[in-house]
Amino acid sequence: MEPQDPNVVTERQAQPAAARPTVGVTPSVQDLPATGTGNHVFDANGISIYYSAFRAVTDVSFSIYENEITAFIGPSGCGKTTVLRSLNRMNDLIAGARVEGDVRYRDAPLYGPGVSPIAVRRKIGMVFQKPNPFPKSIYDNIAYGPRINGIRNKKQLDEIVEKSLRQGALWDEVKHRLKTSALGLSGGQAQRLCIARTLAVEPDVVLMDEPCSALDPIATSAIEDLMKDIKSQYTIVIVTHNMQQATRVSDRTAFFSVLRNEKSDTRTGVLVEYGQTRQIFEDPHDPRTQAYVTGRMG
Amino acid sequence: MAATTQRPVVDLREPASWRKTKNQIMTGLMVLAMLIIIVPLVFVLYTVISKGAGIISGQFLTAAIPPNVLPANLGGMGPAVVGTLEITALASVIAIPLGVLGAIYLNEYGKKNVLARIIGFMADVMTGVPSIVMGLFIFSIFTLHFGFSGLGGALALACLMLPLIIRSSQEMLSLVPDALREGSYALGASRARVTVTVVLPTAIGGIVSGCLLAVARAAGETAPLLFTILTVTSTNTNVFSGANTALPAQIFTNATSPYNGAQARAWGAALTLIVIAFILLVGARIITARFTRVGR
Repeated sequence: MEPQDPNVVTERQAQPAAARPTVGVTPSVQDLPATGTGNHVFDANGISIYYSAFRAVTDVSFSIYENEITAFIGPSGCGKTTVLRSLNRMNDLIAGARVEGDVRYRDAPLYGPGVSPIAVRRKIGMVFQKPNPFPKSIYDNIAYGPRINGIRNKKQLDEIVEKSLRQGALWDEVKHRLKTSALGLSGGQAQRLCIARTLAVEPDVVLMDEPCSALDPIATSAIEDLMKDIKSQYTIVIVTHNMQQATRVSDRTAFFSVLRNEKSDTRTGVLVEYGQTRQIFEDPHDPRTQAYVTGRMG
Repeated sequence: MAATTQRPVVDLREPASWRKTKNQIMTGLMVLAMLIIIVPLVFVLYTVISKGAGIISGQFLTAAIPPNVLPANLGGMGPAVVGTLEITALASVIAIPLGVLGAIYLNEYGKKNVLARIIGFMADVMTGVPSIVMGLFIFSIFTLHFGFSGLGGALALACLMLPLIIRSSQEMLSLVPDALREGSYALGASRARVTVTVVLPTAIGGIVSGCLLAVARAAGETAPLLFTILTVTSTNTNVFSGANTALPAQIFTNATSPYNGAQARAWGAALTLIVIAFILLVGARIITARFTRVGR
């Protein structure tokens, strides 16, 4: 037991919070549309996520709203990336990973029988922490998604590539070298390429897993501007370690933390508080949220 | 000058120590080991070139194999060159698709399941099986029923190549970063699509060079051919039926004959074989370099 470690919330400390609802905000505030349409895109109801026997996330419930940017924040190991990856079934690729509880995407059960992870991922795209351009040309990177959706027409692909690169704020920098390898791009350019590649399949939702953690402040700012630009057409969920970033871009913020059970020496991630970003940072209802956002822990 | 003779405030020179001496001793030992490795390699090449170069000519590479008693300046190795090319090509056509597909199964589909473990283990065991055993195996299950043919030789060589191709291709596939696979999955690609459009293109350079190394190895094998092609002296352009011949097998029969002419032709055949292997290896290097450049 290390009481000084601010990252760790002990079971004893967590007791009072467990008594109140997991989403620790009054429903009226919760349901107000921040900037979006107010339509629910995701509804997670009491989900727990396991990696084999290890329970990475316990009893998490939240709703994600259309045309908003929702930020997941919290210390390392709190399961925010795990929750994000469960929203487009990327966790299916990890042997032993399974989700319990109800996740709905636009009222359809995401883990229902007959649901194809491939169809899910065509609607719900993902941008990763490390830029991962394919070792192909810039053009072929963007055209990759449309091609697997069966678009073969050269003219149509040209249009999609230009439109996506413009949305990704990369067009002016690369329009003269579309046929050169994408591996020659800088880190920030490569990440914008990956975002453009995700947008090229016209998804409904874009999930971003710490998309700026490998980038310098200028590249980060370019990506944040890009997120705000595309918000009117997409719903975005972003995992970030950077709290300033969450305040700059997001409409709503979910704060996750680690719950440690001293007796069984196990740890699991929990959703501590979820609400409008402003409320989370200016008027947190949970002492743990307050400690985190004011920098007293993590 | 005064400035240079002045004693600097900070001494950045390495102090004399046992560590420094040890470093020199180990460096010396490594250079010595490299020289010892190079000596036999150079000596083999020198011997083969000095004894074989004189006999190599356009005529040697195309003319029929004469009776062993004839002097070195008559006849050539034409049938054996044709046989080696056709048998090795057929073996490659059999082993490369099977081996690469097997590697894809092991790395992309089977992962750690029981079948994949068994196949991986068997591939390792097969790598250690002596090549003559492969020859005997094909002799007993194929040659005894269908007679001597280039196909039998190709099957034996394919058995030899398979584990090499499986293991080298799997190694190359496992080097493809998972981030690329995830990127493709996140765009809604199926596993087959991920494999064909992302994993294989990324690994293809290494896979091709691994396959060429296996081909070069098979081209030089004698033992699997001894029981399967009969080693005749006439050209047989039909690889699927009738006894055939190949350079390594021909070297074996010629070198064991008492006639000087036949022995000289064996040296020529040895040099021809080394040149074929050399061409394949250089090809492997070029292909690897080329694919890596495209990837960058």
